[in-house]
Amino acid sequence: MLAVLLFAQLLALALQVKRQTAEGPVRLIRIVSVNTIAPFERLLIYTGGGIRSVWTGYLDLRDVRRENERLKAEAAQMRLDREREMEDARQARRIQALLQFKENWIDKTVAAQVIGTSGTESSRLIYLDKGSGAGIKPDMPVITPDGVVGKVLNVYGDTSQVLLINDPSSGVGAMVVNARLQGIVKGSATGEVQLNYIMGDESVQSGEAVITSGGDRVFPKGLPIGRVTRVSMGRNLFLDIKVKPAADLDRLEEVLVVTEQKAREPQVDGQAPIRASDILAEHLPGVPQQPPAQGAAQAPNVSVPQTQTTSPAQPQPSAAHTQSSVASTQPPPAKPKSDLPAKPQSAAPASSSAATKAPSANAPAAKAAANPSAKAQAATAPHVPVVKPEVIKTNNAKPAGAAEETDKQ
Amino acid sequence: MRSANLSYTSREQVDVYRFSWAVSIGLPLLLVGLQAFMPVRMPLFRVFDFGLMLTIFFAVSRRSQLSGMLTGAAIGLLQDGLTRTPYGVFGIAKMLVGYGASSIGIKIDVENPGSRFLMTFLFYAMHQAVFLAIERYLMGQQISFNLGHEAGAAVANSLMAVFLFAVLNRFKIRD
Repeated sequence: MLAVLLFAQLLALALQVKRQTAEGPVRLIRIVSVNTIAPFERLLIYTGGGIRSVWTGYLDLRDVRRENERLKAEAAQMRLDREREMEDARQARRIQALLQFKENWIDKTVAAQVIGTSGTESSRLIYLDKGSGAGIKPDMPVITPDGVVGKVLNVYGDTSQVLLINDPSSGVGAMVVNARLQGIVKGSATGEVQLNYIMGDESVQSGEAVITSGGDRVFPKGLPIGRVTRVSMGRNLFLDIKVKPAADLDRLEEVLVVTEQKAREPQVDGQAPIRASDILAEHLPGVPQQPPAQGAAQAPNVSVPQTQTTSPAQPQPSAAHTQSSVASTQPPPAKPKSDLPAKPQSAAPASSSAATKAPSANAPAAKAAANPSAKAQAATAPHVPVVKPEVIKTNNAKPAGAAEETDKQ
Repeated sequence: MRSANLSYTSREQVDVYRFSWAVSIGLPLLLVGLQAFMPVRMPLFRVFDFGLMLTIFFAVSRRSQLSGMLTGAAIGLLQDGLTRTPYGVFGIAKMLVGYGASSIGIKIDVENPGSRFLMTFLFYAMHQAVFLAIERYLMGQQISFNLGHEAGAAVANSLMAVFLFAVLNRFKIRD
């Protein structure tokens, strides 16, 4: 009897192996298994979630003021950092547009809760509480704000199976950020993540960031995968590179499934961050308004963002590409001498004639010169982003009226 | 007649137990579901193989090789459904464990904690060896093997089994 059963299972196994390589449809028995276990997991997670939310609701009331102050300070610092990074991103997008690069941009995501795992160490899988009903399909990328999680393997009615990047059978096209070396990130039986196929004569340092390369046609380029933790010489002339995943793959609770990507060229709108000193100068009495044509000829890239949001799931340069319309009330700018995109520069208030003769950093200085009281303020004003109503904008990189585009995040 | 104090017994001397249908079906579903759910909150829980423990427990309690094989195969196939591996990998491994455990249950005392610990340790090792062999030689997967990790997992599973078997004893029905 043992031999018969063993033979039957071996036969079934062999048949499956053949079909697996042909990437056939999901088997009925697998669907039954998942649908049997998923309700248990769903019940446990929702019950636990309810109890936890009551308890944490009570705990959250305590120390909330101190936490609030700390978060405010942190948010201010992050705004400063974000502005600097956004300027770099805009510059990168201008260069990409110049070279007519196209990238896959995340257009739509579906948030899902992790309700279970494979339950074994040999398969690094998780189950989500959303399936084909939510628009999820196989091979869709799964991410968190921290980084890449994996890709959708199988989809059922209201459950999805996700293969994590630390599973031995996974593979993600990856790139070392500083060295610009491309390889494949794979998992291992022990759950470690490693970057393969980097030649031994290349130089990769510990601590370097690893991002998606976009070469696998599953993940859009630029998503953080992790950081290099150890580099050694491996077999077959390749480096043995261990990577610590950016997303905590052992403690996933909520994830985002990228359900829609679109390939398009990066948007170049010439927007630059506005400084607090610029706002101060704009609202202070001072230099009378000059005809705009003079300034436009010398400083064509003057704009102020109306609103800007960043996607937590997408790093720069692709993170901050949501923007609303900016009305153009100024005459068209004079054509620059070269066809190249304008050099990145800060925004300046259009009312300042000084700003039209030099980059905007000089704008507050000009105002301050006319108004001594503003001088001190302008000199000490921090560099912060501003959400501002419609303002004057000139842009030599895009035709008028083409600035309107709101990307779904 | 109970034979708890004997190391070796004949088949006539040992008790044979059965379980209700609700326990036979509900317990595997509950424990395999728990095994799949708990690592979401406690990643270390991934080490435990409740399916294996149940297979051993049912096999040594029923003391029937056919029943042990079928139970092991069913639980293994259920676990296969939750993984990326083809159906049969865990099914084969647990079926062999079920066969072995029921064979041992006939011959030696499996009621005291020491023998349960040792038995679970050995069957865990056997289960992993069969799994590794199938993955590596039948499936052609490059599966690495960490002896220290596996030994630790075997000890953890054995300790858990001692505790779990004591709880599961309440569901036994003497035949």
